[in-house]
Amino acid sequence: MPPDIEAIAEQVFVALADPTRRAILAALASGGPATATDLGGRLPVTRQAVAKHLALLAEAGLVTAEPGERRRVRYRLHSAPMQVAQQFLAALARDWDSPLGALKDHLDRGAREPAAAPLHGTRAHRPEGQAP
Amino acid sequence: MGFPDRIERTVELAHPPAKVWTALTTAEGLAAWFGNEAAIDLHPGGSAWMKWNEGHTAQMRVERVEEPRVFGFTWHISGLPDDDPRRTYVEFTLEPADGGTRLTVVESGFAQLSDQAFHDAFDGNTKGWASELAELATYLDAA
Repeated sequence: MPPDIEAIAEQVFVALADPTRRAILAALASGGPATATDLGGRLPVTRQAVAKHLALLAEAGLVTAEPGERRRVRYRLHSAPMQVAQQFLAALARDWDSPLGALKDHLDRGAREPAAAPLHGTRAHRPEGQAP
Repeated sequence: MGFPDRIERTVELAHPPAKVWTALTTAEGLAAWFGNEAAIDLHPGGSAWMKWNEGHTAQMRVERVEEPRVFGFTWHISGLPDDDPRRTYVEFTLEPADGGTRLTVVESGFAQLSDQAFHDAFDGNTKGWASELAELATYLDAA
């Protein structure tokens, strides 16, 4: 395991811990690249505050700066560090207890019996979008 | 390391290993307790899948088949894009215990990171929607 993998993920979690930074990332994700001025106009914070947060996000590798119109810097979301953080979330979200409980129930009921309604309750604990 | 690379669980089952093996390695067994529908080609390198009524599907590749002791497969890491090559390895180990079975499941590989993914995570050169859209524009312009 590369030594800095945890450092990448940690920067993502630090970035996401702040509501303004979450709002900036959400705005870039939904609306595409934007300048600090654009973002300041869309969010209930000053342009200066936006610029400060963008600097932190750039350092974490979550946004990249690029030249925009009228010599203004535009910021673009950079998702690769998110994908690293997602691996850790996947480990924390992995639920083996529910399936193993369902296996035990299945065996105790008799393997020849077809899947019955009570099993669905167990499986329903797996949230949508958490496909393995 | 602050994050788990490996998840391990052990359960005691009041059924012999042969019966547990069937539940783990047949389509009927997997569909009865794990997925809602399943298929499996039970040999190393064989493919398998499970589907859930909620709408998602897990594609697996069978890696180890040592009846009735070890069954291993790899599958996609949940939460990552479908085309991401990273996979975790799941291994079930069955040991006879007091007329029943001690079943251990180990899933490992959560903390892996390919050189390319590592490079991408640090590198500012993004390949996101913007570059995809730029490629589309170039393609349309050329047509």
